This record gives sequence, C-alpha cells and structure tokens, in this order.
Amino acid sequence: MKILTSNYITCAVKACKSSTLSFPLHFQDAELVQEEVDFNAEFIVGILPRIEWDALIVTAAELGFTNLPAQKPEPTEEAPLGEQVLKDLHKLLLETQVTEGKLVCGNCQHIYNIHQGIANFLLPNHLV
Amino acid sequence: MPLLPTPDTRHVDFDKIYEPSEDSYLLLDTLSSDSETKFLHDRFPAQTASPVVLEVGTGSGVVLSFLTTNSTAIFGHDSILTLGIDVSMPANLATRETVSRNNPRGFYLDSLTGNLTTPLRDGSVDMLVFNPPYVPTAELPILPGEEDEDTGRELDLLALTYAGGPDGMVTTDRLLDMLERVLSEDRGVAYVLLCAQNKPEAVAERLRLGGYGEKGVRWKVEKVGTSGKKAGWEVLGIWRIWR
Ligand SMILES: C[S@@+](CC[C@H](N)C(=O)[O-])C[C@H]1O[C@@H](n2cnc3c(N)ncnc32)[C@H](O)[C@@H]1O
Ligand SMILES: [Zn+2]
Repeated sequence: MKILTSNYITCAVKACKSSTLSFPLHFQDAELVQEEVDFNAEFIVGILPRIEWDALIVTAAELGFTNLPAQKPEPTEEAPLGEQVLKDLHKLLLETQVTEGKLVCGNCQHIYNIHQGIANFLLPNHLV
Repeated sequence: MPLLPTPDTRHVDFDKIYEPSEDSYLLLDTLSSDSETKFLHDRFPAQTASPVVLEVGTGSGVVLSFLTTNSTAIFGHDSILTLGIDVSMPANLATRETVSRNNPRGFYLDSLTGNLTTPLRDGSVDMLVFNPPYVPTAELPILPGEEDEDTGRELDLLALTYAGGPDGMVTTDRLLDMLERVLSEDRGVAYVLLCAQNKPEAVAERLRLGGYGEKGVRWKVEKVGTSGKKAGWEVLGIWRIWR
C-alpha cells in the first residue's frame, strides 16, 4: 500500500467516522519497500490540494520521514515549489509502499492487516 | 472519440473472479462516449486538482485499468489517481496486475479489500464507478470473514460477483446510501450500472427525492448508457449520479 493511499482511508467502523482519532490510521510493524516511479513535478503539484497535510505529517513521522514542511506548501507562479520538496514528496507519497504490516485505528484500536501490499478492511460480524 | 483499447485480462483466473462481460463492456463504452468524456472534461479541467477515482467491485480490474490507461482521453486530465476496492482478495491481486500490464498513464494508488466504501474518508472520492452484483436472488451471499459453522454458510466468491439479493438491489442500495458521505461536495459524481429487474426508474426517482442516506441529498440522475435490448426492453443501463 502506498503512503498516498493512507491519506484517503479511515477506520471502517461506522461509529469511528465522527471521531478525529480515527484518521489517519497508524501504521505498525510496517515493512517498507521503495518502487521507482517516473518523477513528474506537475503531478505532485496537482495532488497537493487533494492531501490532508496534518494527517500526512503524522503518517510520515511514524514511518521515519521527518523532512516534510510543517505547513502545506502553496506554490504560486512566482514562488514555485523547490525541487527538493517535490522530490521528497514524490519519494514518500508515490514510491514508498508498505508490503506487510498493520493499520490501527486510534479510536477503537481495531487492527487492519496488510498482506502482499493489500490492506484488509473487512470487519468481523460484531463490528459491522 | 476513437475506440480506446480494452485492457488485456488474459492472465486472470476466472474460476474465482468475474470475467469481463456485457456489463463491463457497457461501462467501458459509456465512460468513453462523447457525452461522458465531455462531462468529465468539464468537471475535471486539466489545471485543477487531480481527481480521485474509486472503482467499487473491481473484479478482474478491466474497468479501473481502462480508466487508468486512457485517463488523458477520458478526463483530459493527465494526473488522475485511481483506487480499487473489492471484497475478494484474489480480485484485488488480479486488478493490480491488470493495471500494471496495460500501460497505466494515470496514477494507480492501490487495491483494498473491503465492503463498499466503508474504509474511505468522507469527501475523498471525486468519481465512483460500480458494476454491482445485480442479479435478483433469494438472499445475499456472506462476505469473507462471515463464514459460520453453526449455519453452515460458506464463502462463495463467484456468487458474490453477481448475487444481489431481493430485486438484485441489496448491495447497490447500501452503496447508494453511502454516496452522500464519500463523494466530494463540489465535484463528486458516480456511475452505477442497473439492470431492468432492479427497477431502475424507481431507484432514480428515489435518488432525486433524497431517499437515500441520512442527509436527504437530492441527486441529479441521468441514464447515460444502455445495452441488451430484449423485445424493446433495455436490459442494462449506466446511471450518472451527481450533485
Ligand atoms: C459484476 S462484478 C464486476 C466486476 C468488474 N468491475 C467488471 O465490471 O467486470 C461485481 C464485483 O463486486 C464485488 N463485490 C460484491 N459485493 C461487494 C461489496 N460489498 N463490496 C465490494 N465489492 C463487492 C465482487 O467481488 C465482484 O468483483
Ligand atoms: Zn475505529
């Protein structure tokens, strides 16, 4: 599972949706793999508006990436994003994958397993 | 629009996974039709934020792969993000493989194992596509993890691909209830396939009147693709649902 994906998902338990603790989910025992993706600066700029920055900072720090700016960059024509920030984002969001590990909800503590890079969000009957 | 290539799915094992069929091809034709590419180009202009495209029930991945490969022609937007979800792990592995074998141009995020849109954050999806299990059956098959020794109900992944419970609408109704949360407020749009036995006109009317979900959203609904005319009856239809 790619790190960018974790920015779009939350706990599958309905009662958790209203809790701020359920997003982002927290990686545990994550085995990270880097897979090369062609670098495209425009692409990174295009996805910035679709990113919840505060959640990304939390996820990144948990995985050991601490070089992201604390505030979401807002590039303009006069002040475009620096090459280094773009490359850091590219590497973290698109190239870093979790192949095995867990995602844990900070509200209900439910654990979602990741196997072969695919996270399983199916719930046991009593939680549906 | 010139005919866009249909993704190659020859590597997929169709014993457990839905084989691309008339319904799948109707989705491909509809999403690449002149009217829908125009709608999508207008909705997701090239210089705006990348749209997040979610397919629910990807099966072989033929539809998600088609969208990822032909993103520029369909959306006029190079950088779409695509995401798949299916209750079946074999389907998710197949989808990932299908996307990567067919020269993806948009960025494929992942496939997730899950029930409809339950793991998605509210407002995170700009376009949702669903070719549901729509065949009327006495009851809905169980999902993975619900196997029960007492009742003897066993998992049947192939039944899950087509069996839709009464009216064939049990799973689709649940998905329609979720649209108000998962679709982004400003740009969200869904394409859902319904068959004649699903009573599609009644479903469309209920959507228009705010009869799905908890917030009573009054959706715009239009039939944008049809196929399989039988004695004057259209058997399959693709419905566009948007705010
Ligand atoms: C009719 S098949 C469509 C497959 C593929 N999209 C196509 O068009 O060829 C329906 C798919 O939905 C999946 N499915 C059934 N119930 C589901 C649910 N509750 N949540 C997610 N996927 C589901 C099935 O596993 C199957 O792959
Ligand atoms: Zn939770």
